[in-house]
Amino acid sequence: MNSENGYIAVVNHTAANIHSVDKALQKVGADARVTADAAELMGAAGIVLPGVGASDAAMRALMRLDLVNPIKEFALTGKPVLGVCLGMQVLFDSSEEGQLPGLSLIPGIVREMQPSVDGVSRKIPHMGWNAVQFIRPGNEVPQIFDGTPQDTHFYFVHSYECIPASEDDVVAVTNYGSTICAVVARDNVIGTQFHPEKSQDRGLDIYRRFVDLSLSASGVKAN
Amino acid sequence: MLTRRIIPCLDIDQGRVVKGTSFVNLRDAGDPAELAERYNREGADELVFLDITASSDARDTMVDVVQRVSSQVFIPLTVGGGIRSVEDVRRMLEAGADKVSINSAAVERPELIAEASAEFGAQCIVLAIDAKREPDSGFVALEGEEPVPAESGWRVYTHGGRRPTALDAVKWAKLGTELGAGEILLTSMDEDGQKNGYDLALTRAISRAVNVPVIASGGAGNLEHLHDAMSEGEADAVLAATIFHYGEYTIAEAKAYLAERNVPVRPFEPQT
Repeated sequence: MNSENGYIAVVNHTAANIHSVDKALQKVGADARVTADAAELMGAAGIVLPGVGASDAAMRALMRLDLVNPIKEFALTGKPVLGVCLGMQVLFDSSEEGQLPGLSLIPGIVREMQPSVDGVSRKIPHMGWNAVQFIRPGNEVPQIFDGTPQDTHFYFVHSYECIPASEDDVVAVTNYGSTICAVVARDNVIGTQFHPEKSQDRGLDIYRRFVDLSLSASGVKAN
Repeated sequence: MLTRRIIPCLDIDQGRVVKGTSFVNLRDAGDPAELAERYNREGADELVFLDITASSDARDTMVDVVQRVSSQVFIPLTVGGGIRSVEDVRRMLEAGADKVSINSAAVERPELIAEASAEFGAQCIVLAIDAKREPDSGFVALEGEEPVPAESGWRVYTHGGRRPTALDAVKWAKLGTELGAGEILLTSMDEDGQKNGYDLALTRAISRAVNVPVIASGGAGNLEHLHDAMSEGEADAVLAATIFHYGEYTIAEAKAYLAERNVPVRPFEPQT
């Protein structure tokens, strides 16, 4: 696939799993470009915002790289944006974890997970494979989850959880002592709390469909 | 419901998978990328690579191994062995590791855990602890040092179990997580390679002492041992090498065994 067919930009900030996301996109045949260049971001067919670690560090990096506005502008074009794990958390307005505001692409906050729920303790981080339930009516689930069965196990590792302001934005949940938002979506902006790039074929399927969605949104025929 | 993880461990010496008994008598078990792909197809939940290469100039081999595996295998990869600095952690993460385990260097300089955790997040810093039961006869300190009792009954060792430290294993696990480790990889040096089962009392003591996931390691000889570690030992995950490397059991068999006994595990799905 060459660049004329459109490329996927992987936002290169401080997070450590950028390489995993890049490798997963390459595995599904995408022209993936790890970049912190605003023009290259804007020219992409779709962007993936990866991330692990602390939200303030991620937001600080995005601010330092002058990428906050380009990402917001990109989202306004209607082209697909996928935030993964911390990359999902920075889509929201703010995080308890840090002082810096998020990207505000999806209304809501990010909250620290408590080590005990109703007197039952749980280990933090929420780390490992957990089953995901899609709770939106079928026709409203973003197409990148077409063919993902109910209760598919995906790999999670996080200590903070997203609390969308509107329940309509919650696409899928998982249970870890409490119900946790596993997939969020508002129009063309999608976030997964789990790591598709670490979730074997079921995860790669999501990237494959994200690439297809991005190319078709850009009017490019997928190969 | 969060499932318990089964994690094959690949000990790597100069780019090849090896596994010995109590860290000696190494036998060649093959190419790391080949073995990693086999485990990926079989439904391993994660993989751990431990570099046991003695000479530091052969360490670049490990970066190659991690790069090759992470391009083909899409499950979490933890890499450890010889990690001594934040730069070492960064190098492995950039090669494609998701988590990096730190052992001796953290004992020598615990701040390393805090530094690496602040830089990359707690979720990718694993504290590897090699623990040994205190002998009934009492602990003999290194020459010139005062013997310090290990109150929990298990002491931390470094250098493949050869060098005792002044650290109590349970206290060290607590301190390590307070400093920012997001997971504990706990190896019983008494049981490692013996195939008699994990040290369940040790695993339970550590699992109850910390609020991060604990991976039990050392001693798996059959599937019942995996089950014991998760039930009686309260481990969140089990590490095993020889029972999988030599084909005694497949990961899928292990999962079926655990599922029959009501341990939540991720169901096996064929991978392309």
